[in-house]
Amino acid sequence: MRRLAVYVLLAAALTACKFNSDKPALPIMGNREAVTKTVNGKQVIDTVYQTIPDFKFVNQYGDTITQKSLKGDIYVADFFFTTCPSICPVMHRNMLNVYKEFKNVPDFKIISHTIDPKHDSVAVMKKYADKLGISGNSWWLLQGNKEDTYNLGQKNYLVAVKQDDGTPGGYVHQGWFVLVDKKSRIRGYYDGTDEKQVAKMIADIKILRAEVNTEIAQ
Amino acid sequence: MKFKVIVFTAIMLCVIIVSCQSDAEQEFKRYYTGGAVIYKDKCQNCHGNNGEGLSAMIPPLTDTAYLKKKRTVLSCLVKYGIKETIVTINGKAYEGTMPANVDMPPIEIAKVLTYIGNSFGNKMGTIAVEEVNSNLEKCN
Ligand code: HEC
Repeated sequence: MRRLAVYVLLAAALTACKFNSDKPALPIMGNREAVTKTVNGKQVIDTVYQTIPDFKFVNQYGDTITQKSLKGDIYVADFFFTTCPSICPVMHRNMLNVYKEFKNVPDFKIISHTIDPKHDSVAVMKKYADKLGISGNSWWLLQGNKEDTYNLGQKNYLVAVKQDDGTPGGYVHQGWFVLVDKKSRIRGYYDGTDEKQVAKMIADIKILRAEVNTEIAQ
Repeated sequence: MKFKVIVFTAIMLCVIIVSCQSDAEQEFKRYYTGGAVIYKDKCQNCHGNNGEGLSAMIPPLTDTAYLKKKRTVLSCLVKYGIKETIVTINGKAYEGTMPANVDMPPIEIAKVLTYIGNSFGNKMGTIAVEEVNSNLEKCN
């Protein structure tokens, strides 16, 4: 009987160790495709993950921003407009926590796309940034072609954005924060209006940074 | 027998006193709890869970002196919104737009004002529907 107890304890201790060495990892999201490749003469099936394609927008300082500007960065993307009376203030109150946590980290950025580029000119975006109390280059407010922005949201980030004059502010959009890794793959969706989910995102960004750093170390 | 009567009268007296005292308190509670629900629904996204506002964009509701001074215009602000008037809260100027709530009945305005007027460090007592009604007549 006593022996059994020892075994059980030992087994428990071992599993505990195993769990400890397993690093938490984030899933890879978005559409994926299985492709058959030939590697060293052998047919292998490989998974191709959806990535965010290149884009071209202008930030609050008037600088042109493309995917190259985000090379080597983990980033969070969201969609908003400066005159939004509904969820945007909540989203950006929560995003400010993310900004404060990572503003001195070189490989992390936040990009907020306006879905109302007609009103939200570079000057309007700069004023919004100033009022929000953000400076430097860790949080960009991006403005550009409306079609491009909507396509990027709907087809690539897979979040809803559309114009609808029947809703307050005139736009339908959800408050998702989309977490993207250094290889432009989507690694998480978080409800930007929910403080708890945003706290989870902050934790996940730390996991993601550790993941990438170990990959580089290898 | 006499003793019973005395006890009974004493109990009745207590009941009457307690219920009279808590009438006002109960009204306050009704306004306040109702106001909390409205606040969550209509104001919290902008002004925050704790009335903290948002940076220099949306003012906090924690400036007790401002709210006291503006007590008579608060109903108008909630009903008709604020357009580009600059309000100065805690010495900081805010210019922005606050949406109107033209369909909000006076009783709801009273409730939400009672809520903010007695949360976040404010202590303004009940802002009753009668007070709101008379203040609304003076909006411009
Ligand atoms: C879309 C965001 C938004 C919503 C929703 C909103 N407000 Fe405001 N509120 C503002 C802004 C912006 C100002 C400052 C306006 C200015 O100075 O031009 C303001 C100012 C105020 C003020 C006066 C200044 C102060 O801080 O005391 C009060 C009182 C107030 N709001 C109460 C409310 C109440 C009550 C509700 C809900 C019924 C509400 N607000 C909903 C954005 C909002």
